[in-house]
Amino acid sequence: MAHSAVPASAPVAVAPISLSALAPWAAFAAVVTLFLLYLVGVEQGAAALFQGDTVHEWMHDGRHLLGFPCH
Amino acid sequence: MNTVSPRALLVRGMLAGLLAGVAAFLVAYLLGESKVDAAIAIEEAGEAAHDHAEAAPVSRALQATAGLGTGTLLYGIALGGIAALVFCFALGRIGRFGPRATAALVSGGLFLTVGLVPFLKYPANPPAVGDPDTVVRRTTLYLLMIALSVLLASGALILGRRLAPRLGNWNASVLASVAFVAAVGTAYALLPAVNEVPEDFPAALIWQFRLASLAIQAVVWTTFGLAFGFLAERAIAPAAAPKEAVQPTS
Repeated sequence: MAHSAVPASAPVAVAPISLSALAPWAAFAAVVTLFLLYLVGVEQGAAALFQGDTVHEWMHDGRHLLGFPCH
Repeated sequence: MNTVSPRALLVRGMLAGLLAGVAAFLVAYLLGESKVDAAIAIEEAGEAAHDHAEAAPVSRALQATAGLGTGTLLYGIALGGIAALVFCFALGRIGRFGPRATAALVSGGLFLTVGLVPFLKYPANPPAVGDPDTVVRRTTLYLLMIALSVLLASGALILGRRLAPRLGNWNASVLASVAFVAAVGTAYALLPAVNEVPEDFPAALIWQFRLASLAIQAVVWTTFGLAFGFLAERAIAPAAAPKEAVQPTS
């Protein structure tokens, strides 16, 4: 048994993804996803990029049920 | 280093998030909408109902269907993208877990840190609860609580990894969890309370609304964890270290 030191049930180790490969995607996706969350949860509530309250009213029910302070 | 591209996992994360958003929409529609309607009825019965009643730019029927769908789907896609990035970082760095187990742990951890922990301090509120004049303060506190929760969880994770070689994985994880709970409790105690529930608002309705909101969170993260685990496993399988015939597949 070459692997007697490792319990038979231990899964094979998975190699990590290098941080330099991850960094550009992390930066790109963070901007996109946080903007989406801002639109769903905050726009025309605590802050506003657009005039009026159409975005607020459109997202109204989701905003309440997803836990964001709505109004 | 693993050769699977973060892009492949990001796309799969957003797909799994879309599915989680669909599940969230169903739960929100079936469990939540009746509570929103009941709260709006109370709001309109009360004195000087604000902007919902008079000349609403979006009708209730649209808000409860297309509007709710837009919100939950975008929410799912966004969280899926973020969770996929956390997964990319966690894979192979938090112990000997395969892709599916890592996806489950990441989803559970995110449910805890961005869902449950902020919810227990600043829970979801139905319409008619909350003074419109304090929305900026309440939003700031809510987002601050999420940021704090993520920060404290990261700290606990680092602590656990540091203690593991000396105490063993189990004891290190228990100790790190205790530290996390204590730190979150301290944050709860120090951050200001928000309670703007009107005196005569039905207690049962607010309980049911908050339970529905928590159910949505639980469904989002469970659906995402299972769907993304499945997709990530298939994307990573060729890149993973070769399995030996004598070892049972996990």
